Amino acid sequence: MNAEELKAKFTGYVFDEIDLDISTESLVGFATACGETLPKFTDPGDPDFQGVPNYMTRIHGTRSLPADFPIEMHRCFDAGKSVEFHAPVRPGDNINGKSEIADIFEKTGRSGSMLFIVHRMNFYNQAGTHLATVDWRLVQREFD
Amino acid sequence: MSEDTERAFEDVEFGEELPEIQPDISLSNVTVFAKAAMMMAGRFIDHEEAREAGLPGAIVPGIMSQGILVSLIHRWAPNAHVLNVDTIFRAPLLVDSKPTASGVVTDIDEDTKVIEIDLMLKNEKGETPVMGTAKITL
Repeated sequence: MNAEELKAKFTGYVFDEIDLDISTESLVGFATACGETLPKFTDPGDPDFQGVPNYMTRIHGTRSLPADFPIEMHRCFDAGKSVEFHAPVRPGDNINGKSEIADIFEKTGRSGSMLFIVHRMNFYNQAGTHLATVDWRLVQREFD
Repeated sequence: MSEDTERAFEDVEFGEELPEIQPDISLSNVTVFAKAAMMMAGRFIDHEEAREAGLPGAIVPGIMSQGILVSLIHRWAPNAHVLNVDTIFRAPLLVDSKPTASGVVTDIDEDTKVIEIDLMLKNEKGETPVMGTAKITL
């Protein structure tokens, strides 16, 4: 199956969904280890206490790809992550994350072809507020 | 956050460099992060296990590198509102190494008031294992 065929088959639908409770300890540990010093990220007593903008990147679904996605994980690497921040995550939030494949494309260079898979998760809190969109770029080397 | 550390949009200049930081990516601090992020894999928190997996040593989780770059922005401008951040992981960043995080203002949109910043994490060899961009407002 080539990149166009994979894109046609696997993009455009939610293939996984998870729910997760957010703890104060996790928000503080994430922020302080990254070197944040602002009380709104590090002090649970701050009236505006919240997760750092990229906190949601730590949440994964129950699976990375759709069940029948034809990929060789041993030839894959994590090429990057982007986060679109919409609203703060707070301690005690119950987060719903929905996974989909946002894009699939191929690039060819001197070392051959590589398949790029953009795994997207959209996160919502218990009120249905859209908190963040996280795109994870997974790359398979030697794609043919 | 005190008011005298806040930055105004009008004061930001194209090409302005953010003050560099030397982030703590010691094994103990990466372990704190790994616990908070529920990423307790050996390749992040155990040099020996990482070597057995073919790595030169334990590596910093990519999302921790991203978080370090976000903290760089907040240290420069505590009132920064990060709209998005996009990072590329070009090579492993080794735990217990001494990287430098830096950033430079590369675009200022006078209409939308959005500021774009290029971000980098360089290792001691001058290589850039992590790079990215962020869009912020003030």
